[in-house]
Amino acid sequence: MIDNTIIYPVVAQLVTAIILLFFWGKSYPQRFISILGSLVVLLMSITLFSKVWSGNILIMESANWKPPFGIVFVADVFSSTMVLITSIVAFAVSIYSSVGIGNARQRFGYFPLFHFLMMGLNGAFLTGDIFNLYVFFEVIIISSFVLMTLGGRKTQLEGAVKYMAMNILASTIFLTGIGILYGITGTLNMADLAVKVPLVENRNIIDITAIFFLVGFGIKSAVFPLYYWLPSSYHTPPSAVAAVFGGLLTKVGVYAILRIFTLIFVPNEFMKIVLTVLSVMTIISGGFGALIKRDVRRIFSYLIVCHIGFMIGGIALFTPIALSGVLFYLIHDILVKTNIFLISGLIRNMKGNLNTLKAGGLYARYPKISLVMALVFFSLVGVPPLSGFWPKIYLFEAGFTTHNYFFIAALIIGSFLTLYIMARLWSDVFWKNPSEGDDSLIDHFKDYSRWKQALLVIPICLLAIATLYVGLAAENIVVVVKHIAAEMIDTSPYIDAVLGNK
Amino acid sequence: MELLLILLIGILYASGIYLLLRRSMVKVLLGIMLMSNGANILIFLLGRITKGKPPVIDEASKIFTDIYADPIPQALILTAIVIGFGLQSFAIVLLKRVYSIINSDDLDDLNTPEEEDI
Repeated sequence: MIDNTIIYPVVAQLVTAIILLFFWGKSYPQRFISILGSLVVLLMSITLFSKVWSGNILIMESANWKPPFGIVFVADVFSSTMVLITSIVAFAVSIYSSVGIGNARQRFGYFPLFHFLMMGLNGAFLTGDIFNLYVFFEVIIISSFVLMTLGGRKTQLEGAVKYMAMNILASTIFLTGIGILYGITGTLNMADLAVKVPLVENRNIIDITAIFFLVGFGIKSAVFPLYYWLPSSYHTPPSAVAAVFGGLLTKVGVYAILRIFTLIFVPNEFMKIVLTVLSVMTIISGGFGALIKRDVRRIFSYLIVCHIGFMIGGIALFTPIALSGVLFYLIHDILVKTNIFLISGLIRNMKGNLNTLKAGGLYARYPKISLVMALVFFSLVGVPPLSGFWPKIYLFEAGFTTHNYFFIAALIIGSFLTLYIMARLWSDVFWKNPSEGDDSLIDHFKDYSRWKQALLVIPICLLAIATLYVGLAAENIVVVVKHIAAEMIDTSPYIDAVLGNK
Repeated sequence: MELLLILLIGILYASGIYLLLRRSMVKVLLGIMLMSNGANILIFLLGRITKGKPPVIDEASKIFTDIYADPIPQALILTAIVIGFGLQSFAIVLLKRVYSIINSDDLDDLNTPEEEDI
């Protein structure tokens, strides 16, 4: 069904960013416009989701060029769910940024870049054209480069060099894959590719192309041999930026893997083994990496890597149950990972630094805020009935039915490592008595006005409530993810909707 | 012509990857540039090279049956060149900034063990 309103979440972010450019250098009006713009996009995303959920897959043909010739935007349940979650996160982060980002950074274009980044994310979720996906990936990475370097501190620039080199490399590999795919099939439309790729007789060249896509997206989503840029760069930018990066930028890679590998390159036995090995190694290396780190944000960066492994492993199993687990985990992970980075910014404000050896005593001073943080940490670990618990049930069940015991072992090890790391973090940062006479520990948070304190805490509570909803009302989420998983196994509704077959 | 382009693509990718593996940041940058140029030529080649056949339909005929030069790869390359240009110019500025701060071109000097984070 053709509906041109599905492009609104992309356009609204673009318009917000452009309006913000007119207020260059004025941080005060920018904050309001940013929050307002994010709220409008959130409402649009809710409308989009309810429209798609109640009815058909909606498509938009740019300039009325019929697919597969023109660029097409497609809103199925998967993409509209991702847009919805992204908009919730964007709303929370733009509230947080108004205090969490320094004035100097705000004056030099933090907010416009943030909204360009969000535009890129929404576009990447909604597009139905593989080259357009590449273009939106580039929008995302160029905005993220600038966000990462904004401020120009030494560590930031050092992290940015690694981040930039790896991401440009990933884009080049992705572009190579697109070039080969176009050479084989002569089309760029994803639905058309889904029809034409299975008809290609030379399966080896299809497998090689699939590897190009896997490596390209693997770098972006920080999969095992390609993840090392993430922990060496994500701890450097301000916490609000790190929250968006940690919550969304790696997950857009997972989204792309899910989309491409369910629609175009359905995994064969070889690919499943490759994905299983990658996921097991990702979980192990991420988990053990987090064990030896002492900086809160470095620990969280490694945990991102560890949990990406859970999702990749689920894709490797490739059963409806496993895919439901992956999608549930994706929804849970975006909300929780964003939130823990926002929390790390709050801890930084309360303690003056993020070294777990120096921190301590937060619970004694801020018991109520600490309890909200504890709730988020419990969700991350996966304590029932919170949100991290439900997807793991599905992943375990799928692992047992497909007899993939290596993945189950890795899943258990990864979960226990996460539990241990978070328990240690909790006792270090919240319970331990702070070391006496250390001048580096300054409580900025105490000196803020009530209003500023609220602006820092409200987004964390907002995301915590969203996480609670995902955990406690899991039956609603399960209905959605089962629907998406069914569409991934049987892609004909997507293909028919895009190509207009009735 | 095709063979020449294939060799060119191979050389561009190989030298790009070799340079990416070096420790010098400028060489990494050059490697990125060479690889993205290689990717552009790859798209051009895989779009089938047809000489002197514009994809324009004769007014009299309704269906286009002739062999024609595919315009889409050229549009893709144009987009990719522009994007690559933007990314590379950002990369140059970033590397210059990093060089002026740490006074070194070596990637191994990028690990300041500084715990001062925001």
